[in-house]
Amino acid sequence: MASHAAARGDTFPKLLVRNARDFAARPAMRHKDLGIWQSWTWAETLDIVRAYAMGLSRLGLKRGETIAIVGANRPKLYWSILAAQTLGAIPVPVYADAVADEIAYVLKHADARFAAVEDQEQIDKIQSVQDRLPHLEWMFYDEPRGLRDYDHTRLRAMDDLIADGRQAFLDDARLGAWLDSEIAATQGSDPSIILYTSGTTGTSKGVVLSGERSIAAATDTVGFDHLNEFDVALAYLPLAWVGDHYLNFAQGMVAGFCMACPENADTAMADLREIGPSFYFAPPRTLEALLTRVMIRMEDASAIKRKLFHYFIGVARRYGERILNGESVPLKGRVLYWIGNLLVYGPLKNVLGFTRVRTAYTAGEAIGPDLFAFYRSIGLNLKQLYGQTEAFLYVTCQPDGAIYSDTVGPAAPHVDIRIDDNGEVLFKSPGMFTGYFKDEAKTAEALTPDGYVKTGDAGYFDDKTGQLKIIDRAKDVGKLTNGTLFAPKYIENKLKFFPNIREAVAYGDGRGFVTVMLNIDLTAVGSWAERNNVSYASYQELAGHPLVYDMLEKNVAEVNKALAADKMMAGAQVRRFLILHKELDADDGEVTRTQKVRRGFVAERYAPLITALYDGSHEADISTEVTFEDGRKGVLSARVKIRGVKTEPVPATMGKAA
Amino acid sequence: MRAPDDTPQTRAGEVLLSVEDVSLAFGGVKAINGVSFDIRKGEIRAIIGPNGAGKTSMLNVINGFYQPQQGRIHFKGKTRSKMRPHDAADGGIARTFQNVALFRGMSALDNIMAGRTLKMKVNFFWQLLRYGPAMREEIEHRRVVEEIIDFLKIQEIRRTPVGRLPYGLQKRVELGRALAMEPELLLLDEPMAGMNLEEKEDMSRFILDVNDHFGTTIALIEHDMGVVMDLSDRVVVLDHGIKIADGTPDEVKRNPAVIDAYFGVAH
Repeated sequence: MASHAAARGDTFPKLLVRNARDFAARPAMRHKDLGIWQSWTWAETLDIVRAYAMGLSRLGLKRGETIAIVGANRPKLYWSILAAQTLGAIPVPVYADAVADEIAYVLKHADARFAAVEDQEQIDKIQSVQDRLPHLEWMFYDEPRGLRDYDHTRLRAMDDLIADGRQAFLDDARLGAWLDSEIAATQGSDPSIILYTSGTTGTSKGVVLSGERSIAAATDTVGFDHLNEFDVALAYLPLAWVGDHYLNFAQGMVAGFCMACPENADTAMADLREIGPSFYFAPPRTLEALLTRVMIRMEDASAIKRKLFHYFIGVARRYGERILNGESVPLKGRVLYWIGNLLVYGPLKNVLGFTRVRTAYTAGEAIGPDLFAFYRSIGLNLKQLYGQTEAFLYVTCQPDGAIYSDTVGPAAPHVDIRIDDNGEVLFKSPGMFTGYFKDEAKTAEALTPDGYVKTGDAGYFDDKTGQLKIIDRAKDVGKLTNGTLFAPKYIENKLKFFPNIREAVAYGDGRGFVTVMLNIDLTAVGSWAERNNVSYASYQELAGHPLVYDMLEKNVAEVNKALAADKMMAGAQVRRFLILHKELDADDGEVTRTQKVRRGFVAERYAPLITALYDGSHEADISTEVTFEDGRKGVLSARVKIRGVKTEPVPATMGKAA
Repeated sequence: MRAPDDTPQTRAGEVLLSVEDVSLAFGGVKAINGVSFDIRKGEIRAIIGPNGAGKTSMLNVINGFYQPQQGRIHFKGKTRSKMRPHDAADGGIARTFQNVALFRGMSALDNIMAGRTLKMKVNFFWQLLRYGPAMREEIEHRRVVEEIIDFLKIQEIRRTPVGRLPYGLQKRVELGRALAMEPELLLLDEPMAGMNLEEKEDMSRFILDVNDHFGTTIALIEHDMGVVMDLSDRVVVLDHGIKIADGTPDEVKRNPAVIDAYFGVAH
């Protein structure tokens, strides 16, 4: 495999040179600007990146140094990554919506002397913590707006740098050859990028990935999904997230396909439709939000359209998945599905921007079986993968034709998986990280003595399908006082499959029974309220409404029914619940930037509520500090009601089993 | 937002527009009574005052919607006894309204495009054909409109009928339409009325950016004192149609007549 990677280029700058030669006139990047899709071919991309790298080098960026990349998915930020890599420097992407403190932590930890940032907003954030960043010398910006009056002694426009580089090439013909030699000197074993984890557990760690491993992994999955230079992907997920860097950037570089950047974060849906990507990734919550929107709009459609829609969605549910899997389907089913495709599924996929998608993945959270089946039944080839930053994404992925909603697939190509004695999933993969940046202790902790990476997730291989099934974080799996197994995420996911429930946090480890705190989904519950003449002025008021409580009580009771049927989980039914008065928010540190709940932190923050959940009281007062988007703080207080829920009887034999 | 040395004295250019001894009455009601003040090039000028002080009437006089019975208006070297709406528009005065006045069934894009009407030179028949010079002109106008859309960050609502938009965004579209005229003087009638704190902060940022980026002179009416004091270079205060103070925000804040007008004193 190593020789194979070398033949194709073992670093991204080398791949860029190859792509500019092999796919010269094919588009490498698109970006919607002033309402028009602008394109850059691979040859143009190489030209820009070379000039940019030259400009950076003249400012003093050297091999092995780090450069922070802060902002949304924009071509110039991707070029910043490539230009830095061209010089052998290491790009460190930072989440665009990170607050100043988080940015300060990453920039300081990574010793960044340079930062390539999107716009004024990011510059303001960094300048507000500048006294903590003595290393930071230069910032480059993409969007000049509002920056005219800023002190430019340590600030440059990226366009200036690129122009500067171009001029340098003109002034001294030898520089071109020098830059070629710099590209040739990039080493596959050197760090290619440092991705900071979102930090579900405490402060984030810098995951160091090498060029040759990144490219080896991407080469495997590009082959697995038959991606080529004619594919298109929309880069709408955070640039600093491993998913975007792998699926769009790394795979795009390896396969030579085009990466399209949306106009801005809010236009992604419309841009998706215009671009019509052929490779698509969306986390389950995005797919859910999409479906919710479709369903809400169908409620407003005329009676005929509504009937048509529901009839053909029924047809799709019966035959769609079987047709997609290539199983045998009666002729009547095929004919009906064909008509349905003409009238409903085709137009629907067109509206959603899925018409040309050949391969779609979802990952990150468990996906509801109904949700998963819906997309597959209308003909979207949606599959699941399981991965993490330390693996440079893929650990497992589902091959076409073997798709299940509750498993994540067999090991990806060349990945070796082992289940530890305590149920933890361990793996060795072609793309696996070389270590945490400046943290050998944590690196050693994450690896087994024989070199496997500990995922921290508990799981097992399903007997029926032979695919991996993930149940929860290994350290979160606990026990109730009566010894029943308590896997909080398993319960939370079952709750979250109800459209009314946006977020759930379950408690029970070391307690007598299980309780949950819920967040309502404002879109779904709001639309329900409108249809049922329930008036409300705020999220807080709607969340505390008795009718909303009634509705969610039914949902929780249904989950209890499902839990009772599972012999491992029957004892862990939910006895009491409450609806939180505010949405869990990343700005308050309650969820990570990738929207994963930080259970321990939430428990601390809402300690009075947890006490009330267990001491039998019917309501409790809570006041919490909230952080607004601009960083100011305020206090939010509320009185939250608590309800009991009906539980199913647990068969006596199960007590013994547990 | 601005460097501390950037005081009104250094910012202010020549006088762009001035009103002199203007009076306006509706029957027996004197809305404006002998008011004089000026607006200098490049500044942000606020007109404040309690309800019924004559602020909106003053803006309407400036852009020619109302015609005063008495007084003179100097604008761009010309002195008139009254402005006419087309004089104002041709001369580069654009405005937004206290109650949003948009074409509700049209998209945000089309509404802003409507602001370009005065700049369209090709005749009607070419436009019907949408060919040749008409097409070239439309593309040029569309570019300007797209720059405004980008500037105001409303790309995601480009194709949405404005009637379906929340109020804060409608206000932003209205500002976009005024900007499409590439005005020299922009009149904003309560740009932040009915907005929440976040929308107000956004709008303040846009007003400052317009002033900074395009060099547009801005006259605005606003009730939110915090906004007025932060944004404006100079403030004129009206009460019952009479000018009671004129100066920098700090001077005006300390003026006893202003304090009386706002908080009321026993007379």
